[in-house]
Amino acid sequence: MSPILVAEPAKPVVVAQRRSRTGYILLFPGMTWLAIFFAIPFITLFMTSLQQPVPGKIGKYQAGFELSNYANAMAEYWPQFLRSFIYAGIATLLALIIAYPLAYFIAMKGGRWRPLLLVLVIAPSFASFLLRTYAWRTILSDEGPITSFFNALHLLPDDRILNTGIAVVAGLTYNFLPFMILPLYAALEKIDPRFIEAASDLYASATTTFRKVTWPLSLPGVVAGTLLTFIPAAGDYINAELLGSTKDRMIGNVIQTNFIEFRDYPTASALSFVLMAVILVMVFTYIRRAGTEELV
Amino acid sequence: MRFIRRNLLGLIAILVLVYLFIPIAVVAILSFNNPTGKFNLTWTQFSTDAWTNLCGVPGVCSSFVTSIQIGIIATIVATALGTMIAFALVRYRFRGRSTTNLLIFLPMATPEVVMGSSLLALFLNLRFPLGQWTVIIAHIMFIISFVVVTVKARLQGLDPRLEEAARDLYANPRATFRYVTLPLVAPGIAGAALLGFSLSFDDFIISYFNAGTLVTFPIFIWGAAQRGIPVQVNALATLVFVVALVIVLGSQLVNYRRRRKLMST
Repeated sequence: MSPILVAEPAKPVVVAQRRSRTGYILLFPGMTWLAIFFAIPFITLFMTSLQQPVPGKIGKYQAGFELSNYANAMAEYWPQFLRSFIYAGIATLLALIIAYPLAYFIAMKGGRWRPLLLVLVIAPSFASFLLRTYAWRTILSDEGPITSFFNALHLLPDDRILNTGIAVVAGLTYNFLPFMILPLYAALEKIDPRFIEAASDLYASATTTFRKVTWPLSLPGVVAGTLLTFIPAAGDYINAELLGSTKDRMIGNVIQTNFIEFRDYPTASALSFVLMAVILVMVFTYIRRAGTEELV
Repeated sequence: MRFIRRNLLGLIAILVLVYLFIPIAVVAILSFNNPTGKFNLTWTQFSTDAWTNLCGVPGVCSSFVTSIQIGIIATIVATALGTMIAFALVRYRFRGRSTTNLLIFLPMATPEVVMGSSLLALFLNLRFPLGQWTVIIAHIMFIISFVVVTVKARLQGLDPRLEEAARDLYANPRATFRYVTLPLVAPGIAGAALLGFSLSFDDFIISYFNAGTLVTFPIFIWGAAQRGIPVQVNALATLVFVVALVIVLGSQLVNYRRRRKLMST
């Protein structure tokens, strides 16, 4: 398949955009929904995080301005916070390493099999997230082949994988892998093969071509993919709950337990608010440094 | 050795694809298991009991039906709202575009635990009773953005000359929309609805925060995980996986055939 013969897909000509009331009417219901059930809840979350307990009544809170809720929550739960970001960071890096070859293969060598290969990437998400995670209990079990293999090499500090941080990171890596593959594919697919040909015509080695041409051009996909993997991984508590021990709890576990079981709404809200703030700051600095604004 | 070196990339790609399907194979295989204890984690004995008696364990089927009902309602509403937004974004000029874009992007960049807990904080403060409706509201909220992105991509990829041609042939705006635009965008809307349903059906975290005592299929699995997941759950999940795969592969095949037909004429 000669790349020069492949016709460029027709670039969509900008459609004359109309300015009329219709635009606002189309936007109104959906945006109102998002405003009421996505944006306003952040305000109630913040207000809840400042509430103080009603004296004498357990589980009842009243409006207040207890900034100390934040200090107390962070003092108690900073290890889980730190652990969440470390686990999510390792999982994101592993996902990038695993996803890149597959995304590259589908984009560059997939040919007419591309749509089918992409379906195969998405297909695992059709099976229940919880059950897929639970299945790793079978795969990584203490008597299983994977644990035995690593034990034979004396690589495991606790002589097991299940109920350790390693299992949690493995679960996170697996579960969010499609979120890494798809944006990487989208970016790699846009690369004009002639650039890569030009590099090899100019006697660049395969490694140099990758380092100087392919990798830089795929950066928008790397940025989108790492964000789409890191964010849900940092907030996840399913993997930590099903695959880890109580020593591997992440911040999501703490928020869930405090909100639903302990009914300590202010502490849980404060933790939730801090998690969101940290992630927003990270996202915006990251996007700015990587220089890709167009993510939607 | 030379074969391996030359096809290294392809081999790695296949290995990664296999890796993606290993847990699903485990789920499917264990649906034919007859576990000795409560926990269906290791292979004991072949049995089709779970498949012939899918609703044999109390709560499994009712939670499954609940999830399907919630998924259908949430998908219909979110697809309608999201499609309208996508049309507005691509076809109309309006004030506040960057705020709109931000409000659509943020739900996709917010951890579920934050969305779930903040919505619960809202419902608690309003003393709104938790249950089916709060879960539906939550699902619509987080699905809209995915619908917008999917439909928007399809709309932007449309060749504007097709609509121009309709107008040149004296079709009024309504007829152009009905007979040209909508049929062309329909696959995008269908894809968005399918994505929306699968997101809703499989959602655990946001649902769990806002469900109260309601039990959806994922919430049932979560509860069962502590005391042993019934084999029926594996069977139902395998069934869902196969049905979804058939639908998606089938639509791909239809698309492929249609494209080839268009190319040959």
